[in-house]
Amino acid sequence: MSGKPRLTYLNGRGRMEPVRWLLAAAGVEFEEVFLETREQYEKLIKGGSLMFQQVPLVEIDGMKMVQTRAILSYIAGKYNLYGKDLKERALIDMYVEGIADLMQMILMFPFSPPDAKEKNLNAIKEKATNRYFPVFEKVLKQHGQDFLVGNKLSWADVQLIEAILAVEEKIPAVLSGFPQLQAFKIKISNVPTIKKFLQPGSPRKPPPDERYVETVLKVFKV
Amino acid sequence: DGSLLFQQLPMVEIDGMKMVQTRAILGYIAAKYNLYGKDLKERALIDMYTEGLMDLNELLIRYPGQPANEKEQYFASMMDKAANRYFQAFEKVLKDHGQDFLVGNRLSRADVQLLEIILMTEEYKPDILGKFPLLQSFKARISNIPTIKKFLQPGSQRKPLLDEKDLPKVLAIFY
Repeated sequence: MSGKPRLTYLNGRGRMEPVRWLLAAAGVEFEEVFLETREQYEKLIKGGSLMFQQVPLVEIDGMKMVQTRAILSYIAGKYNLYGKDLKERALIDMYVEGIADLMQMILMFPFSPPDAKEKNLNAIKEKATNRYFPVFEKVLKQHGQDFLVGNKLSWADVQLIEAILAVEEKIPAVLSGFPQLQAFKIKISNVPTIKKFLQPGSPRKPPPDERYVETVLKVFKV
Repeated sequence: DGSLLFQQLPMVEIDGMKMVQTRAILGYIAAKYNLYGKDLKERALIDMYTEGLMDLNELLIRYPGQPANEKEQYFASMMDKAANRYFQAFEKVLKDHGQDFLVGNRLSRADVQLLEIILMTEEYKPDILGKFPLLQSFKARISNIPTIKKFLQPGSQRKPLLDEKDLPKVLAIFY
């Protein structure tokens, strides 16, 4: 029993990647168990560890936590990445929830049927450039600070940089109309814990490929 | 006019903020009014429970919009998950600690949300709690809390189940 949090998921980004990001940003080392077969998953379910028979699962501080948002909130709260009071928390929650809506489109994209891929990619580009990025560009412009909330690194900053990098992987010039976000991306990438996570050999997972999609379909029997 | 951060509803104006994103709004209200547990760990449990309930809520609210030829199958799958994935889990929570409330022996947002979801599911299938005696007594007990009892009475701000005939109107507003 190492005392480190233990993450159980597929060997890929999916719904666990924001957890990896947040733990890394907090400077917390963790262990990972990778689900590769349906049998492994069924055994996990039978064992009773998954409250709603779903992963992600994070074993942390004696709890078997499921539900990504619950996990992320706990980590943010524990490692002081959740603002200093209720109102800062409210802003952080609003921001991460908005970003989560954008990330949901990215999450689902690899599973689009081939004839819908272009349409879905355009939808991601449209929402990123017209709905989400303008909001955060404005937030940063209005207060002129380095971080989204309370002049201090929070869960919101980590979630935003994850989203920016994920969208850029698909649409490289997506930040071209957003100078504040360009500067934000550089600044946050240079936070030491995040810089480390962005280097090869970290727990960060590569973008989903065909093999990952196959594993998802096989293990979760979608 | 710029009131909606991400151009979406719900929007709640509270304490000088124009809040959007349902989870953010619920989190603020719960914390402000002491319905979010006493510490981080109770909060973690409450969050796990409410997130599961929100997944069930998603299933329920998607039902009216299902194509006619898929409705029956969707309904069966929805009720199977309601009973065997969600209500079963909460029956076990109550059984394991034997307390009146889901977390910390005290009313929290998890109890409020569970009651809401139980009542919504029962509107589709009145006997959904048939296998769950503890949830049946939970339902009676929470319904009798004075503030909640008041909300369950006619004339309160509680809204009725969306009538299918109103669905086109809703779609026209948002899409």
